[in-house]
Amino acid sequence: MTNDMSQYPLRLEGEDAPMIRFQDVTKRYDDLTVLDRLNLDVAAGEMVTIIGPSGSGKTTVLRVLMTLERIDGGVIYVDGEPLTHMEKDGRLVQANAAHLRRMRGKIGMCFQHFNLFPHMTALGNCMEGPVQVLGLSKKEAEERALELLDMVGMAEKRDEHPSRLSGGQQQRVAIARALAMRPTVMLFDEVTSALDPEVISEVTNVIRALSEQHQLTMLMVTHQMGFAKEISDRVVFFFDGSIEEQGTPDKLFDCPEKERTQQFLSAVLEAT
Amino acid sequence: MSYLEFLSTYGELLAGGTLMTLAQFVLAALVAVAAAIVSGLMRLAPFKLVRGIATVYIELFRGTSLLVQLYWVFFALPLFGVSLHKFAAGFLTVGLCFGAYGAELVRGAVVSVPKGQWEAALALNMSPARRMWRIILPQALVIMLPPWGNLMVEILKGTALVALISVTDLMFEARQINSATYLSAQAFGTALIVYYIFARFMVTPMMRWLERIMARRIGRA
Repeated sequence: MTNDMSQYPLRLEGEDAPMIRFQDVTKRYDDLTVLDRLNLDVAAGEMVTIIGPSGSGKTTVLRVLMTLERIDGGVIYVDGEPLTHMEKDGRLVQANAAHLRRMRGKIGMCFQHFNLFPHMTALGNCMEGPVQVLGLSKKEAEERALELLDMVGMAEKRDEHPSRLSGGQQQRVAIARALAMRPTVMLFDEVTSALDPEVISEVTNVIRALSEQHQLTMLMVTHQMGFAKEISDRVVFFFDGSIEEQGTPDKLFDCPEKERTQQFLSAVLEAT
Repeated sequence: MSYLEFLSTYGELLAGGTLMTLAQFVLAALVAVAAAIVSGLMRLAPFKLVRGIATVYIELFRGTSLLVQLYWVFFALPLFGVSLHKFAAGFLTVGLCFGAYGAELVRGAVVSVPKGQWEAALALNMSPARRMWRIILPQALVIMLPPWGNLMVEILKGTALVALISVTDLMFEARQINSATYLSAQAFGTALIVYYIFARFMVTPMMRWLERIMARRIGRA
């Protein structure tokens, strides 16, 4: 990678600095460019939903933010600081493990397939991070976990293993598990795609409640257009690794300007 | 001489040998498990040198005969200044030999834990060591227990070879009795039965029990 990093600021300052900034972010898998010089800002407390056809790079946006994947060009900033890079002698260099760990602490993520730890109970899943990573005592961690399990309506199932829970219940535990780390940014990667239709609302209700508190910055990838329209502050339509069109939900869903957006939306609406 | 007479005459010798076989088996199994976990994880290390060391160990012990290894450790190593008592040489060599097979079970099981588990652990910001120890290994254990049951039986049967470096195990005693009395059928027949009973009614049920316990802990029962 022979990127000239000097064009990128060492940090973002000022009141209008975004919580998340993608600046010229490129991600490739071999010959396939998944993100093509992506620029995207998300303000603190904002709820942004990413929609688009599969293969358009929308999930990759979340995965590189969670540092599950490396980027091949550009810089991502979170909370004013570079995420994928760090400052060294006044220049940006690749982030080392310590920097990544510090930055990762600001971000939480929920997955399409929940990925709960099968050998732990619902409570154990929510205590694992706080005890092992944040160093909370068992008692503190349990209090925090129970509070969150209660918030997602899963307090009664605290002692059940994931295999005894339905998909909707597992996803709610997974949300509590992520929140127990007190992240500033929450990422939801198609969290309802693997759910049976009748339990989808269990999960969307939790996310709606979170969005109404406006404390978290949230980035969500979803195929549920109705839900996206209802709770998002902004909707971003991805096509071929870059943003084709974005705007308020009303504008994007009701009078999309670009032809590709129109085609995508009419195809999706026809299917549902 | 009836078989009952045979047993009353040589039963004590055979019982002593059986106890020695048990001791060799238990210690060899512990060595095998430890060696398998360490070298299996080393095979997954990000550093080439670490992976290389594990590969050399696995190839060396898997690619050569256990009997030759026993002779090497007991007869040849002393020439290089490393003298082990025959008891230690026995279980260590058997353990290291089967640990090399176990290493592949460990590596395979760790790799087959779903990728989402690694990602969820990373999203919780767990360090690589914690991810492995708290999240991946417990799940890998459940995956690898059934093939370990097989390996445990192999270890038990493999200990019979320590007789050839004169560890006084069941096989050693059976050979002694045979050469003194020529009662081959009785001597080796008894050994055969004892090995079978241990494998069938001790090792296998114990591994099944472990599988059930672990399945329950993972909430699958």
